[in-house]
Amino acid sequence: MDILADLALGFSVALSPYTLMLAVCGCFLGTVIGALPGLGPSNGVAILIPITFTLGLDATSALVLMTSVYYGAMYGGRISSILLNIPGDEPALMTTLDGYPMAKAGRAGDALVLSGVASFVGALLATIGLMLLAPSLARVAFLFGPAEYFALYLLAFCTLGGMASNNQAKSAIAACLGLGIAMIGVDASSGLPRLTGGNLHLYDGVDFLVAIVGLFAISEVFVFIESHGKGSSIGIILDKVRIPWADIFSTKWTMLRASGVGFIAGILPGAGASLGSFLAYMTEKSIAGEKGRFGTGVPKGIAAPEAGNNAAAGGALVPMLTLGVPGSGTTAVLLALLMTLNITPGPTLFTERPEVVWGLIASLLIANFVLLLMNVPMVKIFVKILTVPAWVLLPGVTMVSFVGIYSLSGSYFDLLMMVGFGMLGYILRKLDIPTVPVILGILLGGHMENALRRAMTLSDGDVMYLFSSPIAIGFWIAAISGFVAPMFLRKILTKPQAVKD
Amino acid sequence: MASDRIFGLVTLITAVAYIAAATQIQTNFFSGQYLPKLFPIMIGTVAAIASLVMIFKPDPEPEWPATSAWINMAIAVVVLALYSVFLKPLGFILPTAFAAGIISYQIFPRKLSALCSGVGLSLGLFVLFKFLLGLGNIVAYRIPTAAKLREAISTLIPFVGH
Repeated sequence: MDILADLALGFSVALSPYTLMLAVCGCFLGTVIGALPGLGPSNGVAILIPITFTLGLDATSALVLMTSVYYGAMYGGRISSILLNIPGDEPALMTTLDGYPMAKAGRAGDALVLSGVASFVGALLATIGLMLLAPSLARVAFLFGPAEYFALYLLAFCTLGGMASNNQAKSAIAACLGLGIAMIGVDASSGLPRLTGGNLHLYDGVDFLVAIVGLFAISEVFVFIESHGKGSSIGIILDKVRIPWADIFSTKWTMLRASGVGFIAGILPGAGASLGSFLAYMTEKSIAGEKGRFGTGVPKGIAAPEAGNNAAAGGALVPMLTLGVPGSGTTAVLLALLMTLNITPGPTLFTERPEVVWGLIASLLIANFVLLLMNVPMVKIFVKILTVPAWVLLPGVTMVSFVGIYSLSGSYFDLLMMVGFGMLGYILRKLDIPTVPVILGILLGGHMENALRRAMTLSDGDVMYLFSSPIAIGFWIAAISGFVAPMFLRKILTKPQAVKD
Repeated sequence: MASDRIFGLVTLITAVAYIAAATQIQTNFFSGQYLPKLFPIMIGTVAAIASLVMIFKPDPEPEWPATSAWINMAIAVVVLALYSVFLKPLGFILPTAFAAGIISYQIFPRKLSALCSGVGLSLGLFVLFKFLLGLGNIVAYRIPTAAKLREAISTLIPFVGH
């Protein structure tokens, strides 16, 4: 019963009044961030990292706060999906398909409560899955050498590119962009600068937080300037919120199945929550068949993607914590947080810093209950927050981003670079080039290169060393098929388009 | 179509330049002769291949915004760049009020709402950061002097010249 002992350790960390307070604050903040259109989990968490860092919180507190924000944002994403037909983030897109029609039919309150419960079920099961699976995966990860790690990183980029985007070439360019940026700076082994163009500001390399905040948050400003903040008015009246027991009861199997599907999708390195909610929705749709009337506002169509999405959010933490390979955009941002706090995720994390891992898991469990309590009775408060106009929200977000990045180094160069990343992010989004591989590249580039260099040093430059173990070969095969297979499956797996008014 | 091709061409040129720069990376005894160059060259090669695919198999043209929106975005970029440079010498409140107000106006062109959000955000965030979160060292209020202004403008010149 190692798990129980570990969990007890976790709760002893997470149940102190101070951490509990942080968890509640994080959940509230997270739900608000998730609910606001234009602020999703990725950019919400990204903006808050530098500020948390500057506040001088210790590693556990910072981690508890940010993971509560992360889970909260996952919950909150559904609110704008259902009421505005605008997904707060990409995984919430699937929730608009049935959530918005149901809200239009006058059952907005039911849809919100049902999706809240589904989120809870998905997230709770995924956290339990994380608890059971992560320690054993961490033990397997001890077998990994440089060749295996190199193949694993490659797998993450390939599956991310294959599944999360519509064009493999574009996601490859995005990944190369990130990896290329990661190479800039002083080379650790020779101590000589690489690819800096002689610019002294670049000797330290490009801070990933600068890139993340620029690509995710600043680019949003340009998107809103283009659209003039249109489409953020609520056309739906939310009257009394009651708990739709009948709907919750009738969707219990849907929620369980969707949680399973979502969790597995979340574990795949690079695939993440978008795939989780998509697969969960499509599975339920095919099980229900024509009679299920998916897309017209049925309870199952809301429960499935929400449970899948939140389960995937938990599942994505498994590879992130045990292997240091994030499974989604937001976990990439959480990985950035860990790196900022000087915690190296990976198999050794479980043996060397058990209080961090188990404190994190315990606080996830606590955050889940807090979120359920917050999201069902207090949903009206969050709906009020949706009425914050874009012309206050976006400048506010920008200014907070500037303060955060400025607090990292106090250098104007970082701020200018962030604006540059904002422009890049806007153009990439316009051209349908995913931005998550860029982030992943900047985060993992150094590790990936180290793995390659160690492999080459160990084998004295023999390329075949990269394919020398069964695990490595397995990763290579998975990487190549994960990249190539979606080209043929794309016709079958077309994403349903959002409902139009 | 055209946008993808142009972008592909830009990334292709960048990738080739990147490979060229990577071959020039300095090495020494500790790093070995080729290891610091290997991975950057690999990245550049993959990027070049992907760019070629993008040039020869472009996606349909995206919906680009109208000229007026481009101008608004360009203004926003200039404002944010100026804000980056002036944040330190001028303190938090004054630059933030201007930057937030102008961005707000670009999103929703009404003078009153822009004024409100500019002033409100700069004062509100100042109170939040300085008094509630205790980050006074970051959002300090400074009285702008001519010397500080000149210093800030001089840091901008290399970027303007580029």
